[in-house]
Amino acid sequence: MLKEFTKGIFKENPIFVIVLGLCPVLAVSTKVINAIGMSAGVIFVLLGSNIFVSMLKNYIPDKVRIPAYIVIIASFVTIVQMVMEAYAPSLYKSLGVYVPLIVVNCIILGRAEAFAKKNTIKASILDALGMGIGFTLALLLISLIREVLGAGTITIFPIGSFSGVIKIPVLVDEPIRVFGLSAGALLVIGFLKAFFNWYSEFKGARS
Amino acid sequence: MTYIGIIITFVFINNFILNQFLGLCPFIGVSKNIESAVGMGFAVTFVMAIASLTTWVVYTWILVPLNITFLQTITFILVIAALVQFVEMVIQNISPALYKALGIYLPLITTNCAVLGIAFISVQKRYNALESFVAGFAAGLGFLLAILLMSAIRTKLDFEWIPKPFRGIPIAFVTGGLMALAFMAFDKALLTNLIG
Repeated sequence: MLKEFTKGIFKENPIFVIVLGLCPVLAVSTKVINAIGMSAGVIFVLLGSNIFVSMLKNYIPDKVRIPAYIVIIASFVTIVQMVMEAYAPSLYKSLGVYVPLIVVNCIILGRAEAFAKKNTIKASILDALGMGIGFTLALLLISLIREVLGAGTITIFPIGSFSGVIKIPVLVDEPIRVFGLSAGALLVIGFLKAFFNWYSEFKGARS
Repeated sequence: MTYIGIIITFVFINNFILNQFLGLCPFIGVSKNIESAVGMGFAVTFVMAIASLTTWVVYTWILVPLNITFLQTITFILVIAALVQFVEMVIQNISPALYKALGIYLPLITTNCAVLGIAFISVQKRYNALESFVAGFAAGLGFLLAILLMSAIRTKLDFEWIPKPFRGIPIAFVTGGLMALAFMAFDKALLTNLIG
């Protein structure tokens, strides 16, 4: 059972291994806080859709399953949109069009089709959590690299007197701006993917 | 904004793939050879132009009068899914040759973020019907341009030696990154210089 949970984090990491759901990853990874907000949204939708698809798997006719899944997913995305707009309006604004676009994030439909429709609710919950955490870790890694190198800061939640922005000496004065731009996002993910390819081969050769 | 302005913005300045990261999956997945890249590019352009107009109609004439704009996300994705299915049937009936060329790409388009993206962007920017249509068409052309360039580069890359960990997807991303750098030459200044 634990395998369903851990596989999404490393072995089948949705971003680095399966390479799915990249549009939001690249677009919102300019700031760490955007990455956290987006990950929270994706985990919620993934969890909700996996539970519902798994629960309704015996009632949804096979022929209309894809539209049915899309309606389930879109409903959860609408909830995320409303909650985010009400409680975190500035985050909602900076994520912009990428919040409703969670609907077409291939990870979510992919998990419904590949996992939730033929597994129990409990397994589907673990699968969603594992995949969600794998997605979050990947997104955090990319956004950390991009924000630290591209702006010289790390932006997280403001707590009390702490403004939520950590400044990195030297880099904050002379950041490598290209990492904050769209080109930087594509380059970072290309090099990270190459690193993971190299690493898995290195590990495979050793064992 | 004038129609020319919209076209230049969506094809070059805010290129959907290289600047907005919408439609990356087909950009990486279907760009291995030029023929399929062109097929995908035209199919996306076609669907985006129609989808942008259709969602505008649904939004302005149904969602706004009924005051249910919060259902935007669900409605748009269903409209697009139905539309893609409909387009597929129409093409199959009127032009089997075109269907043969585009057919296999059409089902993939439903979950292409570029199509849903243009629907949201048109609503957000408060375009009118014709502007939405032009924006969809131009964004599709931008997609076609990027995927065509990418496939041409990848065909050449096949004959080059590439370090093993970079083969396949990583080198495609690095190539895309370099293309995005080149596309940074197109910025808002271009628009002001061209049309004032």
